[in-house]
Amino acid sequence: MSAQAQNAIEVTSLACAYDDRKVLENVTFSVRDAEIFFIVGGTGVGKTTLLRNIVGLATPVHGDVHFHGRSFTGADPAQRREMLKTFGLSFQGGALWTSLTLSENIALPLEEYTPLPRDEISHIAAFRLSQVGLAGFENYYPSEISGGMRKRAGLARALALDPKIVFFDEPSAGLDPVTARNLDRLILDIRDTFRTTIVIVSHDVDSILGIADRLIMLDTATRGIVAEGPPAELAKGPPEAKVVEFLTRRTIRSG
Amino acid sequence: MSARASVRDDGPVTEVLLEGDWRLQGGTPRWASMVARAGPKGGVRLRADGVTHWDTSLVVFLGEAKSWCDAAGVGCDLDPLPEKMRMLGGQFAQSLVSGTRPEHSRSLFVEVGLATEDALRQGRDLLGFIGECWLGAKRLAVGQAGFRWNDCLSEMQKCGAMALPIVSLISFLVGVTLAYSGAIVLRRFGGDIWVADLIGVAMTREMGAMMVGVVLAGRTGAAFAAEIGSMKANEEIDALTVLGISPVRFLVLPRVLAVGLMMPLLALYANCLGIIGGMAVAYSTLEIPFAAYWVEMLTIVDLPDVTVGLIKSVVYGLIVGLAGCRRGLQAENNAAGVGKAATSAVVTAILFIILADAVFAVLFNAIGL
Repeated sequence: MSAQAQNAIEVTSLACAYDDRKVLENVTFSVRDAEIFFIVGGTGVGKTTLLRNIVGLATPVHGDVHFHGRSFTGADPAQRREMLKTFGLSFQGGALWTSLTLSENIALPLEEYTPLPRDEISHIAAFRLSQVGLAGFENYYPSEISGGMRKRAGLARALALDPKIVFFDEPSAGLDPVTARNLDRLILDIRDTFRTTIVIVSHDVDSILGIADRLIMLDTATRGIVAEGPPAELAKGPPEAKVVEFLTRRTIRSG
Repeated sequence: MSARASVRDDGPVTEVLLEGDWRLQGGTPRWASMVARAGPKGGVRLRADGVTHWDTSLVVFLGEAKSWCDAAGVGCDLDPLPEKMRMLGGQFAQSLVSGTRPEHSRSLFVEVGLATEDALRQGRDLLGFIGECWLGAKRLAVGQAGFRWNDCLSEMQKCGAMALPIVSLISFLVGVTLAYSGAIVLRRFGGDIWVADLIGVAMTREMGAMMVGVVLAGRTGAAFAAEIGSMKANEEIDALTVLGISPVRFLVLPRVLAVGLMMPLLALYANCLGIIGGMAVAYSTLEIPFAAYWVEMLTIVDLPDVTVGLIKSVVYGLIVGLAGCRRGLQAENNAAGVGKAATSAVVTAILFIILADAVFAVLFNAIGL
């Protein structure tokens, strides 16, 4: 088996721009199958831009992205649609469709891509909602629930089709610590149960140290990756001081 | 191998063997059809030894099986299954029994009651809003409150000067249309020249102010609602409130004053364009010279007619401004809310303009204006 086939995602020499301003250059990394992989870095470093380029919401200036050995950047629309079915994206604010109830939000991808009957789809929607702690909220509209609940419902929608790869954009931002840790546990469960590959954009150090298998850290100065590896190893020390500071700075209160 | 479920009787227990590749996006067996065929009585045992790949489709099957057994009062043995499958199947069955939260399912009577309550609350809020605007304007008039003149001037430019092209076109065309319609009747009596009277009175008293009101409702009222609505969605209004700055003074008064001041000017301009439109039709179709048209029009249109139009236009302007700002402040905190606010601002403004016009008709008739 080739190295590329073992990897769920292969990003090669990717250059990304935001509003015509180049934010990342020559980014190369790979994510292994069933791995929990974090993309970390300070605010404005281009984490979300990188994610948008990987999933096809933005077009890279240069470079290529492969999913399970198949090129995504160079794929024609039909191939792209096939590949899109295999991954889910959980947006920062949930990105739920406001005119649909939570149940309908989750049902839409199932209606689009599976031959399941309507009642079974609504059962799956209820199950997904219960998995993220929103049992009983099936008929609520996104405007009727809190921001944290919208985020969890967005995750339930991302999981609707049992994707092989799930991307998360800042999953714990805006959540209380208990809910954030429950979300971490859910992410671990999904990976362990279905061997799903998980890619998370975040700067929540507790999540990173808690569930990450490996991470890459982006930096504005180099417009690229400054460190790559398991968080525990990177936190131990040299070669990159910025990474150590990022992963070990917990409080400014001394004593 | 595709997903399969086969049944085997093991004494009193019905054993269901699950095999193959269980995927949501492929066809998988359903518990409901399985039950119809097998009709288990004593108990059910589920085994998944032959399953090569599984996802939520298998969880659905297990969950439905467990749920059915619980309802039918027969035992459901999930012990031979791997732990994860057993756990997720149990969770799925649990999610089937937990219904929607009761407070979200309402009866017709409750819905009607809540809608009435909401209508009353909206009426109270509207009166409160108008009162707040009135008090703000009063404080402003006696010099007790600061006023954002820069905002007001910029809004005046947007709703006044920048609206000239559309107001010109619409008013001219209204004049043309009125002239053609009038000519049809007046020609029968040999009174072609009275087209000038018709256009003069109709434009100055009614159509000038009305058409500008409708144009500004669509152009400026919707813009106010969308702008203030998106400020609300971005929590900018909340930021003003916690700083102790009244959103009415900061956002509403400059806009309402701007549109209230610009409206009479635009109405006067619209009157002129409408009269020119009528004049063009009279000259080209009815062969009435410009001078004759002008002189005839001055015999009927006098200052009270123009004043009536100007009074109406100021009121229409205030309606457009208030409706736009009110709907913007009422907008829900999301993108759809902004769209709804803009639409609702236009509908509200046009409705109130027509209502106000009817009230004016009665009022001016009573005082003989």
